[in-house]
Amino acid sequence: MNGIDVLGPQISVLVAAGVVLVVDALFPGQRRLLPFLALAGLLTAALWTTSWVGRGDYQTVFDGTIVLDRYAVFFQYVFAGVTATVILASIDWVNREGRRQSEYYALVLTVCAGLMLLAGARDLITIFIALELSSIPQYILAGWGKDAKSSEAGLKYLLLGAVASSLLLYGMALLYGVTGTTILPDIAAAIEANGESYRALLIVAMTLLIAGFGFKMAVVPFQMWVPDVYQGAPTPVAAFLSVGSKAAAFAVAIRVFFEALGADFLSSDWSMIFAVIAAVSMTLGNLMAIVQSDIKRMLGYSSIAQAGNFLVGLAAISVAGEEFTLGASGILLFVAAYAFTNLGAFVAVIAISQRINSDRIADYAGMWKTSPFLALGLAFCLVSLTGIPPTVGFWAKLYIFNAAVRADLVWLVIVGVLNSVVSAYYYLGVVRVMFLGEPGTEQRFRASPSIAVALTATAAGVLVFGIVPAPLMSAARDAVEIFAR
Amino acid sequence: MEGFGPSFAFWVLAALTLVAAGGVMVSRNLLHAVLFLILTFIGVAGFFVLLSADFIAMAQVIIYVGAIAVLVLFAVLLTPRSGRDNGETRWALPGILLAVCLAAIFLFVVHDTAWNTVDEAPAGLDARALGTALLTTWVVPFEIASVLLTAALVGAIMLTRSPEEEAEDALV
Repeated sequence: MNGIDVLGPQISVLVAAGVVLVVDALFPGQRRLLPFLALAGLLTAALWTTSWVGRGDYQTVFDGTIVLDRYAVFFQYVFAGVTATVILASIDWVNREGRRQSEYYALVLTVCAGLMLLAGARDLITIFIALELSSIPQYILAGWGKDAKSSEAGLKYLLLGAVASSLLLYGMALLYGVTGTTILPDIAAAIEANGESYRALLIVAMTLLIAGFGFKMAVVPFQMWVPDVYQGAPTPVAAFLSVGSKAAAFAVAIRVFFEALGADFLSSDWSMIFAVIAAVSMTLGNLMAIVQSDIKRMLGYSSIAQAGNFLVGLAAISVAGEEFTLGASGILLFVAAYAFTNLGAFVAVIAISQRINSDRIADYAGMWKTSPFLALGLAFCLVSLTGIPPTVGFWAKLYIFNAAVRADLVWLVIVGVLNSVVSAYYYLGVVRVMFLGEPGTEQRFRASPSIAVALTATAAGVLVFGIVPAPLMSAARDAVEIFAR
Repeated sequence: MEGFGPSFAFWVLAALTLVAAGGVMVSRNLLHAVLFLILTFIGVAGFFVLLSADFIAMAQVIIYVGAIAVLVLFAVLLTPRSGRDNGETRWALPGILLAVCLAAIFLFVVHDTAWNTVDEAPAGLDARALGTALLTTWVVPFEIASVLLTAALVGAIMLTRSPEEEAEDALV
């Protein structure tokens, strides 16, 4: 029973997916209910997760392949929140499409179950299957729209994703080949015992793992798919991709690189690789974002740059002790902050693009006059993405750069700060267009209730944790404590 | 793996698998590529036999050669002919260079590594042991794989429906 208890959240999300499909088949007239059934499943999962919080810390089930610790709990909350926001933001779009409704929600829930499973997976096979469970429905969702662009997005994502999965699998196979186990701590023990003798192989395996996870994180040079997929996929799906799978890739990368490949003679290597990828991703993502005229492409490139910021934290965790906790909790803080902020931005973009039928930044002119609520929400999220107080994005960047300084990565921090200045140019450029531009039409419009709830929740998160960041910080610190040594 | 027989079998299988895999890439006719793919699968099944993993070898033949290759063949035969001139890409030369470099790295690394080898297969490597492992330690990935297949099935049905069916569906 213990295993069922630990997997309760994932099971309840999957049950909700099944219920959504069956209810739609049996009562086709009740389609308005479907998103609320999906939300109920997510709420059950969140409550189940909450029920563990007071119950001691650390237990493994299924012979150590699944672990329940505060780290998994932290990410399960993040994924439940992200999925709930995506579902709220999808309601209008799905109703307008008028087709494949239950299947859409069922696939979104399946992705969520995969992400949650990744948070607690501590074995290479489970990690791979969970990663596929969260990826394959996303390939399908990216091609969900009726137009050719959406089909192109789905196909590109599928093909490149398959290549990335095969690289990841090759890396895992090499790791298994030399250590004889797939359980992360056992791999670490085997490497500790005589890893120096096959260091070259470990570095090749590590590089393959970085390539596989890097695709999901969307960092340079594994970012080719991002702009086309973000632009072509339905906007709610693009929002989900930009937050859900990115956060999951970092969650699992921290676990794999720290729990399995944390040996000293390896960590300096992967730390260096991550630092270089971070610098290149930030710079390239920001420079490309400047020249975009389509807001979804701009957010796509900006998400590459943001992933570079996450990686600064990952580069800084190679050191043991106090600095490790700082870097790792910095990534978790950044994940939570980025989740609120980027989702908020996407929710506003979904509402606006449905109204004006355009994703061009120039068409956002004068949004402040036609829809002050959406303009304010979007502006607020963009300010947070830039990293300006009093938003949560500021604390996240401060924390992560602080960790990098302590880990002697000053050059990386300088690159990061310069990049924040560059990113201010295009983030605030959108704000300028919305507030100072002249609207094409004087007709005002309001956001629908579900969009309003989603945007208010995310913007409130950005503001509240921007003013009082302590609870989020201590949650992030507690979550990574189990890795400290 | 001692003695002449297994070594000979290994090199023959390796040559067969590599040539067949190369054939998948270079053949201009899609149908020939699928047939080469089947040959590759059979070669891989031969490796499993050499490793005394009889059950997996059989599963490899039944699933990959029997089911997946046939499915691919059907897909190729039922899909209208479209342009297949992506062979003349200007990336061919960089691609070959990259492949050679990667092969050199892997050859070096594989040669450099002291692998854990055993002289004969450990006992109890049969279908029963595999089944026990799949239903105890790895039960979660095993069950999740079925969820994954269901999700993929739902998605495949949804993505391939005709617009008329969708219009009917929307009216209900």
